[in-house]
Amino acid sequence: MSLWSKHAIFEKNSIVLSIGVLVVIAIGGLVEITPLFYLKSTIEKVDGVRPYTPLELAGRNIYVREGCYNCHSQMIRPLRDEVERYGHYSLAAESMYDRPFQWGSKRTGPDLARVGGKYSDEWHRDHLRQPKSVVPGTVMPAYPWLAETELGAAHIADDLKVQAALGVPYTLEMIANAATDARAQATTDSPSAGDLIKRYPNAQVRDYDGNPDRISEADALIAYLQMLGTQVDFKLYNDKANIR
Amino acid sequence: MPEYAFHAYLFAAASAAAVFAIVDRYYDRLAQLPPLTIDGKPNYNMGPVKFATVAAMLWGIAGFTVGLYAALELAFPVLNFDLPWLSFGRIRPLHTSAVIFAFGGNVLIGTSFYVVQRTCRARLAGDLAPWFVVLGYNFFIVIAGTGYLLGITQSKEYAEPEWYADLWLTVVWVTYFLVYIGTIMRREEPHIYVANWFYLAFILTIAVLHLGNNAAIPVSLFSPKSYIVWSGVQDAMVQWWYGHNAVGFFLTAGFLAIMYYFIPKRADRPVYSYRLSIIHIWALIFLYIWAGPHHLHYTALPDWAQTLGMTFSVMLWMPSWRGMINGLMTLSGAWDKLRTDPVLRMMVVSVAFYGMATFEGPLMSVKAVNSLSHYTDWTIGHVHSGALGWVAYVSFGAIYCLVPWLWNRRELYSLKLVNWHFWISSLGIVFYISAMWVSGILQGLMWRAYTSLGFLEYSFIETVEAMHPFYLIRALGGALFLAGALIMVVNLWKTVTSVSELEAAPGVRPALAAA
Repeated sequence: MSLWSKHAIFEKNSIVLSIGVLVVIAIGGLVEITPLFYLKSTIEKVDGVRPYTPLELAGRNIYVREGCYNCHSQMIRPLRDEVERYGHYSLAAESMYDRPFQWGSKRTGPDLARVGGKYSDEWHRDHLRQPKSVVPGTVMPAYPWLAETELGAAHIADDLKVQAALGVPYTLEMIANAATDARAQATTDSPSAGDLIKRYPNAQVRDYDGNPDRISEADALIAYLQMLGTQVDFKLYNDKANIR
Repeated sequence: MPEYAFHAYLFAAASAAAVFAIVDRYYDRLAQLPPLTIDGKPNYNMGPVKFATVAAMLWGIAGFTVGLYAALELAFPVLNFDLPWLSFGRIRPLHTSAVIFAFGGNVLIGTSFYVVQRTCRARLAGDLAPWFVVLGYNFFIVIAGTGYLLGITQSKEYAEPEWYADLWLTVVWVTYFLVYIGTIMRREEPHIYVANWFYLAFILTIAVLHLGNNAAIPVSLFSPKSYIVWSGVQDAMVQWWYGHNAVGFFLTAGFLAIMYYFIPKRADRPVYSYRLSIIHIWALIFLYIWAGPHHLHYTALPDWAQTLGMTFSVMLWMPSWRGMINGLMTLSGAWDKLRTDPVLRMMVVSVAFYGMATFEGPLMSVKAVNSLSHYTDWTIGHVHSGALGWVAYVSFGAIYCLVPWLWNRRELYSLKLVNWHFWISSLGIVFYISAMWVSGILQGLMWRAYTSLGFLEYSFIETVEAMHPFYLIRALGGALFLAGALIMVVNLWKTVTSVSELEAAPGVRPALAAA
């Protein structure tokens, strides 16, 4: 009786075959995924990375809704040309609060991991309304409805609450003030700006969409884009300390 | 939220229709359940198979059309029409889900229900359950697709549907598994045929992947929005563990099962090597699951995980070609049929494309190559050589076989039309993948080009503008592929509707051909 005939155990019993399949496919996933949750070296130790403000989070959710990841990555690789084109390579720590991650897989448009601060709010406003008005050769679709749509923030406190339950360090105070903070961040010279910045260090407060009368989806999205990749101060960051 | 309410109405309407259908069926019922055998022969349940076959063709045409539209949007951005539901970011997931899950999924469910009955010589387990699987699955497709257009998405590639669609799919999928394994348990044959090993691996693994990658907490019962429990680098790893194995188990293992049944059947030859089949399945499913990190080369994923992913991706070449050899060598002694039978030719060419794509894949998973290919159209070209050349061709071949068998026709309406379909779509695939090779490598090289003074030579937008001609050629390739599929629909329609006198007469049905 050759070894091959032993395979009949699988061929004659559907339950044994099913268990065999499950065991065999479990190994690779377990080996590759589980260590990422306990190896300390997985996420670098850096200063400055904080959870998204309610407005930034709402903007991020619009980024997710419109499927921006289909054309834009948020992951700068440590290659000479990328670092020169986009800035310091991305750290795992910079997306530690990202649910879902938005690293992307295709660059029909440029990487956005460090787009924050690269362009003015006006540029983003024009670019979202009509991309060709600022980049004539672009193939990006226009998003005129963003500036015309009121930001739907009915669930914004729930958003923070769910994220807190998943381990994002949102405090009860942050959750209680979520709606106020979202409004405050999109209003130039808002009186509540001080409290907001105390809760979210380095948050940028201003009217992003150029329309002070309304907090639009464009306000939220531009607020998100303008903070992307700006949290870590790379003048103070020690590459060597985090070699993995 | 009106979009969410729309889905709630869809669920309510589907539930009402289901209740009506079940009650109606109850009043029309026979005195007892349909017998498992008639005169000692199994009484096969082919209704759900027919439904899935028709659905596959409809979704296929829809998915190819949306793909062509997305391709044209990149060539002519004006086609986005400044409308949310037409913008590329919402159309692209519609295309990928329509072709992978709607077309591919219906092909897999349909063929698996056919193959499992035939190879086990047993009627499909359950009475309502198989219908629940095909109808429930297609309802999931409707929820997913309309959701994308309305902006309901998790933004996880190939796993975009939100939490309530994912829950529904889980229920459908568990039922699918139970029907499938229930049928195997009823089998008259002592051995489980090799195609069923692959279908079973596909069904089980997709269940595991789906649950792992879609673990999410909804913001509220009254909101379509949810947050995934994984974050950042861990979410990236889980996503590509899922994403690459959606390729490995949905688009490979499932369709290899089709290869293992339909090619031997059509060529009238046994599978080349039984031992090769055994090595093939275990090596393939063991190695595939490791390959995910090659989507994350040079990212913030730790290097050890990237290296593991690359190593296993290169090793994966071996079981992939084992499968290709097993499929191709099944033709031993029947190679002449390639000349006379365009359906068999289509399936054999699909296996050749499988070999090509599974050679290119390991190549692209090597970090040095990936640093150039990643983020470019090369990846899109690679995917399509697998998707159009392998998955779609083997599906077309299987459907060309299935339709005459299911509708009791002696043969297809026209083999000549199959020939036209084959050559037009082959030309389309060649246009498509060669355009993407050139555009991908060109753009990758432009991104890293330096002037003699050490400055980056091209701005990003210059590399975008350079893509235009290739986007046109790609769209042409897609149009040809779609044209081929439309020829196929006509051919199948004619096959079903035109009944020759011979076939109309009872008792001379081509049961032998399909036995």
